[in-house]
Amino acid sequence: MRDVNENAQDILHLHYVVEPDNFAAAGEASSNVKRILKHIGVSPDVIRKVAIAMYEGEINMVIHARGGDIDVDVSPEMIRMVLRDQGPGIPDVEKAMQEGYSTAPDSVRDLGFGAGMGLPNMKNYTDTMQIDTEVGVGTTLTMTVNIPA
Amino acid sequence: MKLSEISEILNARQMTDEDLASIDVRTACGSDMMSDVLAAGVKKDVLLTGLVNPQVVKTADMLDVSCVVFVRDKKPDGALINLAKERDIVVLCTSEKMFEACGKLYSAGLKPAKEG
Repeated sequence: MRDVNENAQDILHLHYVVEPDNFAAAGEASSNVKRILKHIGVSPDVIRKVAIAMYEGEINMVIHARGGDIDVDVSPEMIRMVLRDQGPGIPDVEKAMQEGYSTAPDSVRDLGFGAGMGLPNMKNYTDTMQIDTEVGVGTTLTMTVNIPA
Repeated sequence: MKLSEISEILNARQMTDEDLASIDVRTACGSDMMSDVLAAGVKKDVLLTGLVNPQVVKTADMLDVSCVVFVRDKKPDGALINLAKERDIVVLCTSEKMFEACGKLYSAGLKPAKEG
């Protein structure tokens, strides 16, 4: 599931595959990143931001997009997360960014998600967020969290 | 406030094995919507919820929550308890309803989790 590469530029690269339709397993990648960041001494505030943003993204991938894959790069300056899926795409990104707007089915709400807070939360807890999406093709979400000097 | 006091106030059953008297908690939130719990992503020590699924423990883990309290006599299964143990999260179960459980803990001095 996870590959780890440490290269000469002090960049830690982590790769995860998010399984489709496995709600029980959703969140394992975020949890693993959280543990690694803690282990290498990243501050708790930065870890919490990364964990929340990535977890929301991971849940979205399972709910909406039949899974996908996640790349995380950790450098001394920032943590960059790229979440890629081949799901249905987001027809109206502006609407999807509104707090409370949700297209999740009731079955997802019964599980405690689908309140329309996912993307707004991800934006709130990251320093940059970019959504590249195409209906019928998929979505790539790129988020960064800065590590204060 | 110690987790042992919380357990006593709620007449709770402890589902994990920690020494509750050794764990200090200051802040809490109560919700069945994990999306809302994540939205207020500030540090909180206790999460009260009536929702029982593995994502409750994972949400708690992301937010560094030390204790999850399942209200309304909800019964978490063994897989959930094991997940909580793996992640060093205390699990308590109470027959109190959400409003009463939150009210009792608030009156006893547990604070809401707030920004800043």
